[in-house]
Amino acid sequence: MYAQLVETGAAEASEKDREFQEKIDRGVRIEANDWMPEGYRKTLIRQISQHAHSEIVGQLPEGNWITRAPSLQRKAILLAKVQDEAGHGLYLYCAAETLGISRDEMTAQLLSGKAKYSSIFNYPTLTWADMGAVGWLVDGAAIMNQVPLQRCSYGPYSRAMIRVCKEESFHQRQGFDIMRQLCEGTEEQKAMAQDALNRWWWPSLMMFGPSDKDSVHSEQSMRWGIKQNTNDELRQKFVDQTVPQAEWLGLTVPDPDLKWNEETGGYDFGEPDWSEFFEVIKGNGPCNRDRLAARNKAWDDGAWFRDGLTAHAEKQIQHIAAE
Amino acid sequence: MEPLVTFCLRMGDTTLILGQQTAAWCGHAPVLEEDIAFANMGLDLIGQTQLWYEIAAQTEGKGRTPDDLAFFRTERQFLNAQLVERPNTDFAHALMRQYLFDAWHLPMQEALCDSGHEAIRDLAQKSVKEVRYHIDRSRDLIVRLGDGSDESRAKMQAALDALWPYAADLMATDEVEAALADQGVLPGLDRVRRAFDAETAATLDRATLTIPENGHARTGGRTGIHTETMGYILAEMQSVPRTFPDARW
Ligand SMILES: [Fe+2]
Ligand SMILES: [Fe+2]
Ligand SMILES: [Fe+2]
Repeated sequence: MYAQLVETGAAEASEKDREFQEKIDRGVRIEANDWMPEGYRKTLIRQISQHAHSEIVGQLPEGNWITRAPSLQRKAILLAKVQDEAGHGLYLYCAAETLGISRDEMTAQLLSGKAKYSSIFNYPTLTWADMGAVGWLVDGAAIMNQVPLQRCSYGPYSRAMIRVCKEESFHQRQGFDIMRQLCEGTEEQKAMAQDALNRWWWPSLMMFGPSDKDSVHSEQSMRWGIKQNTNDELRQKFVDQTVPQAEWLGLTVPDPDLKWNEETGGYDFGEPDWSEFFEVIKGNGPCNRDRLAARNKAWDDGAWFRDGLTAHAEKQIQHIAAE
Repeated sequence: MEPLVTFCLRMGDTTLILGQQTAAWCGHAPVLEEDIAFANMGLDLIGQTQLWYEIAAQTEGKGRTPDDLAFFRTERQFLNAQLVERPNTDFAHALMRQYLFDAWHLPMQEALCDSGHEAIRDLAQKSVKEVRYHIDRSRDLIVRLGDGSDESRAKMQAALDALWPYAADLMATDEVEAALADQGVLPGLDRVRRAFDAETAATLDRATLTIPENGHARTGGRTGIHTETMGYILAEMQSVPRTFPDARW
């Protein structure tokens, strides 16, 4: 989801690979200095950096409403949330750095468009209700995916996820609370909430990535303990959790095929528009260009700042050397 | 308006508008650590605003809430110092604006820690810790970027040249502050200006920056006279509550 299409590469297993796999099967955490197969390292770097980039780009759609939040309390909560997301980006970049890649390299990959981030952040936030829908659905889907990652085989990632998950569940509750307030409000507010659900429902389901039959890299990731559940399992869990919440709010989930299945004990639901998903991943979503442009502008406009601090630090070193 | 209400609005409007301007950097700062720091400062400033508005609303006793004060007053009714409404031209302006504000805000909050008004004293004792942290950060960055590369020095000097005239508005006082000083609500106001001068002289010197000498000062914010940027800040900030005036959020 925050890492939707992570390639794993494939190579023949050596003796060391087999020992490594046994360690994983025994539930031993892998730490930064332990030997690991190149494929494992690369897959983790891709997955963690995609996750980090998602947190960073994810600041933008919600940041879009901080200056327009309709009460001081909501403004403070939203600002704190976006600050948390930046913090998540920071822990995750640190976790990825333990695998031998620098934050600057990862940033360069994001800015050039080479690295991916979650498709969800390429959708626009158009009304205040979107702050509710994003918290409720997007952070809700994020938790679904990240709770099992707390048990990821790679120690630094698993520990980062434990910190992140605590905050994500706050975000989800806060988002739901925005929706509740809207749904208890005026007709216009209710309509705003329904409209936001209509626009965010399908993109949220796509966050879990393509359906299992089209998800080529999942198997290897699961063997390595980088991934614990399939995309479809998590999507089903999300739908089962979220539909009753929508009903409680008095909102209608925009899926004509949605219905309770007594036999499976879950909801049957329609198929997301996967052609839309792949277009967004390719860079053709409604906001891909704007998001990358915003991140590039921040980086380019900030060059003098970073260079200035480096120049100052060098002067300090020279002063010390001269003394 | 009662002097105490006016004073609380002067303080709260200043922290709100700066918080608003600061928060706009979220996701757009030069490094991730600054995204986080700016969000954090914005959060403190908005929290302080809520406290000022609560005192204002209670003292006024007309049933207005802090949100009414933030979202349903006009430009001419906002009493913030003009400095904080100056635009986010670039990150150098944002940092310099923050630093000049902090250089006033810290001695102001320190003075208010001895206020004879209990709620204000409580507010100041809570806020002063946040404000100390803010100035430690902003002072450090002013020095490092001023005494940094040629480009960073030029940017910081340009920001100082643009913003220095507005610093006077932070310290502009009239009969409102005089009345509160007499009542013991606002002690040690004379020390604030001196502390600001000492702080800025020392720090800007270490930063190898030059305080502009032409001496002209822009004031007016404290009586609701603003610069042209202000109307846009309010238009954006107030747009949702004003579009749906009967709604609760
Ligand atoms: Fe996050
Ligand atoms: Fe998130
Ligand atoms: Fe979140």
